[in-house]
Amino acid sequence: MPELALDIRNLHAVIEEKEVLKGIDLQVPKGEIHVIMGPNGSGKTTLAQTLMGHPRYVVTQGEARLFGEDLLALKVHERARQGLFLAYQYPVEVPGVTLSHFLWNAYQASRSGADERGKKNPKEILAFRKRLNASLESLKMPADFAMRHLNVGASGGEKKRVEIAQMQMLAPRMVIMDEIDSGLDIDSTKVVAEGIRSLKGPEFTALIITHYPRILEYLQPDRVHVMAAGKVLCSRGMELARELEQKGYDWILKEFNVV
Amino acid sequence: MNAKTTSALDLDQSKYNFIDPESAVYRSAKGLTRETIIDISRHKKEPDWMTDIRLRAYEVFLGKPMPQWGGDLSEMDFDAYTYYIKPSDKREQRWEDVPENIRKTFDRLGVPEAERKFLAGVGAQYESEMVYHSIHEDLAKKGVVFLDTDTGLREYPALFREHFASLVPPEDNKFAALNTACWSGGSFIYVPKGVKLDIPLQAYFRINSENMGQFERTIIIADEGAQLHYIEGCTAPQYSTKSLHTGVIEIFVKRGAKVRYTTIQNWAHNIYNLVTQRAIAYEDATMEWVDGNMGSRLTMKYPSIYLAGERARGTILSIAFAASDQHQDAGAKIIHKAPNTSSTITSKSISKGAGRTSYRGLLKVVKGATGVKASVKCDALMLDPQSRSDTYPTMEIDEEKVAIAHEATVGKISDEQIFYLMSRGLSESDATAMIVQGFIEPFAKELPMEYAIELNRLIQLEMEGAVG
Repeated sequence: MPELALDIRNLHAVIEEKEVLKGIDLQVPKGEIHVIMGPNGSGKTTLAQTLMGHPRYVVTQGEARLFGEDLLALKVHERARQGLFLAYQYPVEVPGVTLSHFLWNAYQASRSGADERGKKNPKEILAFRKRLNASLESLKMPADFAMRHLNVGASGGEKKRVEIAQMQMLAPRMVIMDEIDSGLDIDSTKVVAEGIRSLKGPEFTALIITHYPRILEYLQPDRVHVMAAGKVLCSRGMELARELEQKGYDWILKEFNVV
Repeated sequence: MNAKTTSALDLDQSKYNFIDPESAVYRSAKGLTRETIIDISRHKKEPDWMTDIRLRAYEVFLGKPMPQWGGDLSEMDFDAYTYYIKPSDKREQRWEDVPENIRKTFDRLGVPEAERKFLAGVGAQYESEMVYHSIHEDLAKKGVVFLDTDTGLREYPALFREHFASLVPPEDNKFAALNTACWSGGSFIYVPKGVKLDIPLQAYFRINSENMGQFERTIIIADEGAQLHYIEGCTAPQYSTKSLHTGVIEIFVKRGAKVRYTTIQNWAHNIYNLVTQRAIAYEDATMEWVDGNMGSRLTMKYPSIYLAGERARGTILSIAFAASDQHQDAGAKIIHKAPNTSSTITSKSISKGAGRTSYRGLLKVVKGATGVKASVKCDALMLDPQSRSDTYPTMEIDEEKVAIAHEATVGKISDEQIFYLMSRGLSESDATAMIVQGFIEPFAKELPMEYAIELNRLIQLEMEGAVG
């Protein structure tokens, strides 16, 4: 049995007393790329946000482990420091805070694993900025983006690329990407996919929520899971993603008796 | 970050909370009477016209009721204050000559160090008098006058008399009258035609005694085409009773000149801070108030600009921060009196722990001032449900050919922003501090770097207490 990066057992969660996750079982072995597909409202985003620890979702049953550690016992920032990263479908804007400043602080926090920041070594800051600029350049972003305010006034595509840049800089062990490819044109999808692919390796594990197989053709995922009505219905290979694109979800929902 | 104090305007309150032993060479009797005023004026060896205007102002002060708007002044007891305390017999131009205990205070506050590093001149007021005033030699040679206001009156009587109380007459308001009656100290600045100061002048105000009233009076005259940036900082130790700080600042920005006046007030939370600041900008002149209110029990302060000449520009940029025992009633006033003048008001306020902020503003355009452009933007951020924020904007637009924009927001810190930042590894207090720092960024970026760093550090400290 390979080491599991993410191990979710019978996870239930409610939002304002309404149950939205109804017993999720999902295992992602370390070093693999998995995909979640499913119709709108099936609970995909809820699962992503629950794993990250959004206070709106309350876990009522079950467990979730990150590299064997009890994820649900950790606060949001502790989950991040343990190497969990969520790339958002709609990243929020934070006026007045530059991407560079924010990311340096996040990097310091994650690295020290404690509240005390590492010493602000000017050489280190410089090296960090260089890496950030290189990351932005590889994502075909304007050079001044590091000094712009976090996501403020950015287009949808730019925001998605900034998520990838953050992922590259923070080097998480386990990444959840929530519709990172939604609203992107073909070229942007390719740039984003390349950005993700650059991280692939034995230390990189990903769970990708998407509606489109296009990005998956670049990433060659190991496994495709289908979610509906707050549950994982089935888990198969890449061919399932192609089949879903052609035929929609009705047939598989019928197969599993989901209305 | 450099842990050593590098800024005279360091914002961490606990650092200022020390009391020097009393060592005044003269103090007036408690309370305010005609005799006290005559006494102060005689002590300063003033000309008769000044004694007369002081006494006239005193009558105005007595005649005006306490303001019934703004903050709560009901506990203010005018008889409890000492109105004039002279800490030293001389004002010096070298720190070595300042009496040791006072020098130590300013050392502790980092003033001489800041002066060496990035200032063109420094004035330091302790209680009622400036004890130190100095300016770079090359600026003095260019004819720049940077004196304490009492010396200004003695050495430049005509220039002084022409400007004193011409923008803020005693009749303006009760506290302007009080200041005019018992003013002492402050800065008197004249920058000659075309002379541009590229680094700031700074004045530092310190109250040491309990139940003290500090009434500095500042006059700044920027002659045609001149430029200067003046910074003031204020601190006091914390007593159980409330002291009073009532300044009046009058600024004259002549044709094509530019003045920026930056305040970082971090008074102890027992100080009433009631200040009248007014500027007049002539043709093609630019006036900028950058106003940071972090301290005091109650601040009532509405920096104002008369745009009196064509194409004059005015900017008022302010932040107010109110914690549990504080009320910041701050704002801005701009009066467009000439065509094609433009103005921007940006106000940012933050309240937490039942603190209260109010924005009180006036934008006025007189008939005939065509082509005016003005924008007002007020944003309030409340960090918890106990805090309070109010906005009282007034607009009097008597001319039709103008472009006015107004925008106001009141909000809480967004949970989604906090979650987003935390999901990248920042603790809740760090995430909150970062959002607050971002909120005041339009203000912080206008400060000299040393102050911006200190401001951010203060926010960080405040947030550590605010988040469980």
